[in-house]
Amino acid sequence: MAEEKAKASEEQLAYANFLSKGTWTALGLLVVLFIVYLSGILPNVVDFEKIQVYWKMRSSDFIHLTNSPTGWGWLPLINHGDMLPYIGIALLAGMTILSYLRILPIFLKKKDKPFTIIVLIELAVLLLAASGILTAGGH
Amino acid sequence: MMLRRSAGILKFILPIIVVSILILTVFDASASEPPTTVETTQSPWWVWPLGLFVFTFILGIVAVLGGVGGGVLFVPIVSGFFPFHLDFVRATGLLVALSTALSAGPGLLKRNLASLRLAMPMALIASTSSIFGAMIGLALPTNVVQTLLGATIIMIVFIMLSAKKSEFPSVDKPDALSRALGIMGVYYEESLGKNVEWHVHRTPVALFFFVVIGVMAGMFGLGAGWANVPVLNLLMGAPLKVSVASSVFLLSITDSAAAWVFINKGAVIPLMIVPSIVGVMLGSRIGVKILARVKPKAVKWIVIGLLFLSGLKALLKGLGIWT
Repeated sequence: MAEEKAKASEEQLAYANFLSKGTWTALGLLVVLFIVYLSGILPNVVDFEKIQVYWKMRSSDFIHLTNSPTGWGWLPLINHGDMLPYIGIALLAGMTILSYLRILPIFLKKKDKPFTIIVLIELAVLLLAASGILTAGGH
Repeated sequence: MMLRRSAGILKFILPIIVVSILILTVFDASASEPPTTVETTQSPWWVWPLGLFVFTFILGIVAVLGGVGGGVLFVPIVSGFFPFHLDFVRATGLLVALSTALSAGPGLLKRNLASLRLAMPMALIASTSSIFGAMIGLALPTNVVQTLLGATIIMIVFIMLSAKKSEFPSVDKPDALSRALGIMGVYYEESLGKNVEWHVHRTPVALFFFVVIGVMAGMFGLGAGWANVPVLNLLMGAPLKVSVASSVFLLSITDSAAAWVFINKGAVIPLMIVPSIVGVMLGSRIGVKILARVKPKAVKWIVIGLLFLSGLKALLKGLGIWT
């Protein structure tokens, strides 16, 4: 008889369940918002017709010439079609932050000091990257 | 028997290869037009996103059959044969690799193949480094990044050709750091019908390697499975299945950090990102179905050849020899 399969730890299962729901929600949202963008019912920051001229340029030139936002500047422009998919993109990029926040209480409860510290430092690193502070000052 | 199997493989692969070559040839010719001509003979805007969707759909199939991550193929091929600037291609490549890693991660974690305890310390180092990699990549001149990308892809080809794999590496004595962090585990090995215990060693050296891996992942927008797996498996001594699964999970953290740099720099174009993510994810689902019917070892060689050619093109493009 085969032995009982080794089970994943509490924090690993919590991470997996949260990530699974979050990722599919983010991907679904991304596709829906992209369809809204393609439908053309909302105005765009960069017109469909012009974008193929700009996507050949460096991102800094693209931003400069199209007056597109950097950092979280897309948020106030969310009534534009081409800014809508940013919600899904930000959710995808932010899934790891949310998943780490989900397992932090479990490590705290278990008094697992090394992994509590690792989670806290990783959260600080990811939040710093997401904040835009590291890329401020240029286009 | 051998002949029949080869015919079966060819039946699936040939149409994929022919369509890929046709698409790349058409796109390459169009992408090579001088800027002044492009202004006057522009194709409708939807042609390129649609082309990207078709290409990434095929890429998703080929990547699964070839046993490589889609991200590592995406950046060199799209930057070589599509008209998009390398900044946008790298950002899209990162988000493609991130999405596939995020969607594969939960299943691997639940089955206890990916290990949170193994991946999290490595991910902390790799993700921090990937932020610096992304910043360096966006600051360097395009031709320098293109040249370095080409050289890296060619190096990856050699790693893929020469790297050995070890199903169950022997770890005589876990190192002090891995013991302190409790990096160890047990997983159920289907082929043996029993649980396999594992430990790791050489953790401090591995952490150093993840600094380099993180910088490269961020700089070039590549998934880094090609580097993660040998370090986890051959250097640290984690079983192969645990290494591959933990590498996928690790990628989701590393690429997430680098992706934020590109998002904040405004190097994100939804018309490139969404068709690419959807294309790769649909393609990889078809790839998994095909994989269950044939065992196409030959595809691995085609993928390696394709990777080598696109790496060579990136290198020559960066050096200004092939524009």
